[in-house]
Amino acid sequence: MEMNKQLYMKRRITSLVGLAFSMTAMAAGLAVLLWILYVLFSNGLSALDANLLTSDTPAPGTDGGGLRNAIVGSLMIVGLTVLVSTPVGILAGIYLTEYGDESKTAELTRFVTDIMLSAPSIVLGLFVYAIAVATVGNFSGYAGSLALSLIAVPVVMRTTENMLRLVPGSLREAAFALGAPRWKVSTFITLRAAKSGVMTGLLLAVARISGETAPLLFTALNNQFFSTNMGAPMANLPVVIFQFAMSPYDNWVRLAWAGALLITLTVLVLNILARVFFREKVSS
Amino acid sequence: MSSQNLTQQDSSQIVSDEMIAIAKKQRVQDFFFHRVTQAFSLLVLVALMGIIISLFINAWPTFERFGFHFLWHVEWDIINEDFGAAIAIVGTVASASIALLIAVPLAFGVAVFLTETCPVWLRRPLGTAIELLAAVPSIIYGMFGLFVFAPLFADHLQVPLQNVLGGMPVVGFLFGGATNGMGILAAGIVLAFMVLPFVAAVMRDVFEITPPILRESAYGLGCTTWEVVRKVVLPYTQKGVIGGIMLGLGRALGETMAVTFVIGNANRMPTSLFSPGTSIASVLANEFGEAEALHFSTLFALGFLLFVITFVVLAMAKVMILRAEKAKGN
Repeated sequence: MEMNKQLYMKRRITSLVGLAFSMTAMAAGLAVLLWILYVLFSNGLSALDANLLTSDTPAPGTDGGGLRNAIVGSLMIVGLTVLVSTPVGILAGIYLTEYGDESKTAELTRFVTDIMLSAPSIVLGLFVYAIAVATVGNFSGYAGSLALSLIAVPVVMRTTENMLRLVPGSLREAAFALGAPRWKVSTFITLRAAKSGVMTGLLLAVARISGETAPLLFTALNNQFFSTNMGAPMANLPVVIFQFAMSPYDNWVRLAWAGALLITLTVLVLNILARVFFREKVSS
Repeated sequence: MSSQNLTQQDSSQIVSDEMIAIAKKQRVQDFFFHRVTQAFSLLVLVALMGIIISLFINAWPTFERFGFHFLWHVEWDIINEDFGAAIAIVGTVASASIALLIAVPLAFGVAVFLTETCPVWLRRPLGTAIELLAAVPSIIYGMFGLFVFAPLFADHLQVPLQNVLGGMPVVGFLFGGATNGMGILAAGIVLAFMVLPFVAAVMRDVFEITPPILRESAYGLGCTTWEVVRKVVLPYTQKGVIGGIMLGLGRALGETMAVTFVIGNANRMPTSLFSPGTSIASVLANEFGEAEALHFSTLFALGFLLFVITFVVLAMAKVMILRAEKAKGN
């Protein structure tokens, strides 16, 4: 009896230690998130002023300045990426759901898409440099969008597929029974039913690409001046942050923090919005 | 009888030429719909082939000149055009391994907490918080590492570690070098918090697919929570857990920004955990802008190596996770 009690205590203590460790791990994860947010706010808020939106990135050694050209450039590059990757991703996602169970190629495509989701983004930048910068002869906003599309399309594709699969089969069958052709069922019935889920995928894709730096380094490059010409090098927030954060100028570093705060807030808000969208879908 | 015949006749009349035309039209539309969607999904495969081929073509001068020797050649001399991948490969693998050594136990802890101990009403917000950690862009981790983490790390970890462990035999050399906060270990720690949420999310998802009946029977036999996790949940979800870890490894190997800010960017073979080094991705980020001729194609060679390595790791991760999910079906 005495032995058993000892053993029992030992097991309980092991369990408690294990669970305490798991709670510490959770606390550490949360602490890092809060710490990063705190650092961003304490360094970035002071640089958030009207100048940020009205003046362009300053030349080396000059005072003040803002991020107008970088913000506009980022919006244009990300906007074009969304315009391109939404139809491509959604149609490809439809293919994987509607025809994907029947063919080996579709299975392979799904597998490769999942890998592309985590592929090193700098290599995608290298690839786009080789096909769209070296051949044309200059860096451009278009090349930047192309590089970002390589990341966004797989995200949209896989979420669209997962969301379409959640649509009950009876809905599809009912439409088929009424004599609707497959393309109508896919676009007007299943896609419509999965609308909010697909929106979730789009929001996540935008969130994912708006902070990506590595693919833009060799494609959109940077531009010190305001420019809306997507055929030329274009300023964008991530690359500006990268350059300015490593620079010796105080006002550059301050602007880098402001840009970092802007990007992080955008990404987090998009993520939370995506979750709200999805929750509405599940509850309705 | 006759009325039935009549309806049959009627219906055959109703299936008129017009309807057949519509059906035919729909068939054509469906055919095109099938092919168009298929073409879009095949774009992914085209992109993959394009990446491999274009990187290889651009890297060819380097492969041709150095051969397989390139992989373990310890040299990075831009002026004399003598290049080897060993320094960058060692830096990449070392920082990613350190990241996993730290991230995997933490991710396991987080997943256990979220599936076992966490009150149900807190599961969702806490799970979301961990997912938000994954959403923070990597350049933010880089800035955080450079401006906040590195100074703290230098004063409060590097100096004490060097004082205590630096003089020890065998392992002492690992803690030598300048304590300026940058280096392989610092990059590994920053990376750890970047990959933690990815690993934790997979682990949580596979833990959740453990059938409740297994868990309940273990509790019924008098197991403690920790025993249930270690001896029932973990063996059952083994493949998925390994898949999650490899997914984290794939992420850590290919990460650019978070590493570039803190690894120190020195093209020397690292001699200790504190010494500055470089990774494949950060060499690319730092040097690609000014690269010419052989240097240029060498950077493509590094990119090609990185892509192949991460592709293999991620493919293995995916296979593991797929198998774990299939086991759930049985």
